Amino acid sequence: MLFKTLPKEELAVLVEMLLGSHEVIAPKRVGVNAKGKPIHHYLPVESVDEIDLTCEITEYSAKTYFLPYRETLSTYTFKEDGDDWTQEIRYRSLTRVILGLHACDINALLKLDKVLAREMFPSPYYIARRKNTLVIGMDHDPCEGAFCNALGTDTVTHGFDLFLTDLGDRYFVAISSDRGYTLLGKVKTAEVTERDSRDYIAERRRIAGLFKNHTDMRNLQNLLDIEFESKVWEKWGRKCLSCGSCAMVCPTCYCYGVTERMSMDFKTARKIKHLYSCNLVDFAQVAGGHNFRPTPETRLKYRYYHQHHGFIESYDEPKCVGCNRCGRACLAGIEPARVIGDLQREERV
Amino acid sequence: MRPRAYLYHYDITKDADMTRPVDFNRRGRLQHVDRVFKADITGIVELTEQEKLFQVRILDPVEREGFSFMPGQFVMVDVPGFGEIPISISSSPSLRGYMELCIRKAGLVTGVLHKVQRGARIGIRGPFGTYFPVERMKGHNVLLIAGGLGMAPLRSPLFYITENRPDYRDVQIMYGTRSPSQLLFSYQYDQWRRIDGVNLQIIVDHPDPAWKGDVGVITKLFDRIEVSPYDTFAIVCGPPVMFKFVCSHLNRLGVPMDRMYVSLERRMHCGMGKCCRCHVGSTYTCLDGPVFDYWTVMNLKEAI
Repeated sequence: MLFKTLPKEELAVLVEMLLGSHEVIAPKRVGVNAKGKPIHHYLPVESVDEIDLTCEITEYSAKTYFLPYRETLSTYTFKEDGDDWTQEIRYRSLTRVILGLHACDINALLKLDKVLAREMFPSPYYIARRKNTLVIGMDHDPCEGAFCNALGTDTVTHGFDLFLTDLGDRYFVAISSDRGYTLLGKVKTAEVTERDSRDYIAERRRIAGLFKNHTDMRNLQNLLDIEFESKVWEKWGRKCLSCGSCAMVCPTCYCYGVTERMSMDFKTARKIKHLYSCNLVDFAQVAGGHNFRPTPETRLKYRYYHQHHGFIESYDEPKCVGCNRCGRACLAGIEPARVIGDLQREERV
Repeated sequence: MRPRAYLYHYDITKDADMTRPVDFNRRGRLQHVDRVFKADITGIVELTEQEKLFQVRILDPVEREGFSFMPGQFVMVDVPGFGEIPISISSSPSLRGYMELCIRKAGLVTGVLHKVQRGARIGIRGPFGTYFPVERMKGHNVLLIAGGLGMAPLRSPLFYITENRPDYRDVQIMYGTRSPSQLLFSYQYDQWRRIDGVNLQIIVDHPDPAWKGDVGVITKLFDRIEVSPYDTFAIVCGPPVMFKFVCSHLNRLGVPMDRMYVSLERRMHCGMGKCCRCHVGSTYTCLDGPVFDYWTVMNLKEAI
């Protein structure tokens, strides 16, 4: 990987340039929560002033720009006579820039790449969006409640185009693609000096030292298998409202449902993919009415089982990135770090 | 006028793999995964009050030639404007260009399918999933056990075995349903019985006055047959409760668990291991299944 340093004021120049020709998504402050803390979202911006790079965590992940909540997979147009129809499929081909993506979100994209861009049936819908998105990452101080350090997702080595680390008056930039390198050529940058490297290492060490949560993830995969009938699931499952908020904010949840909608004039129909949640009651219900996961406990358990057991079996890493967005969004206060903690020491329940 | 920085866009439709015709058997390739094969319903046979057999023919000659499947695989049937459903293929794999789908009226899409006339145009994606290891079974005895609608996926390996009759040894078919009116493919029983070395036994749970055959649950039929455990493969299709009873019974008789094959049923929205709806533990029923050996099923949480 190549490294450069970028003076802080030059980033604004770069963003201004990108704004001239592309859609730019960046963390934007949209309000304050009940505790007086600012709420941020990844939203399209129109000027540099709207961007708030100091953002700790966005309530939603940036996955909506890769896996939209609603996406038209194909359109059917019915012929005037008879039963015939034609199918039309379109993929996104507009270029987009996402600025200020955190390490957890980039790691989440890498996990999504494994499922959606490779495997037996690579998804052209996802690949078209992924390849047309320039990702500029951003290092940041640990967020409250996050346990990304336990999962090794607090740092990232690929999956982005540029990754910025704040060194006071300048950014330390990691360049991971040709696209990013070319872009950086349009602004004033400097080669990395001995001092820059030293500052970068010190900054990374400072961030690593700020983590307060130390969730124990050791042996969790086996534990989930052994504790399949554990009381822990009853305890947390009873709280679960089966609302699906956790999956909506999760940066790696990719499950979906497909429905088809006929237009009002019966001339066209659309096949729509909409993101789903394994906590919703009809997730595994089959024709005839049988539900393979009828209770909130079994559905919540399945969610953890997939994240920390099933995904490891398939890809040798957990699906979770430890951002704790699900914990923040959960109306019933189910926090993953506490659920995992309870599993680790069963006797507490 | 703002300064500009152009990023070249990537047009996925120009990708070399994407310009080739869609073939779902060529896995791992980038292709139009949502592209359906246009197909006509060329024949409808009313099997029972609830089930109909649809004969489906892919319209495009190139796509029809490229479409091939193995017994046990399924297709996604798309009724434009209504939805898409996974249906296992019940016809013989050697019958090129046609396939038969046995569909029970159970919901929105199947309800529409039960109303349509011959000639209706539907979409087909597939075939997807794993299949019964018919090659491995060669030279062995085969037990085919079906319960209720399980006869639909079982008909395909049955065709395969009868067409390659000399390769297999004794074939036992056991079929159980709730009542005689729910028996599927009753018009073919005589034909199957006449095949040398094929033994068909049928049992119903709730007989009607006209019923003269056996009454009871399917495991009752086991008392009557001889199973040579080290030489037998079993294919079991039916409701999840049946798997437990039948497979544990077969296991007691000495049939190894990795020689019993079951076909699982799950909700599916994509057929390609993406939507997670058919996820069981760490396996996708659509990619790693629907055909599993019983040992794998035993090791999967919540599988049956």
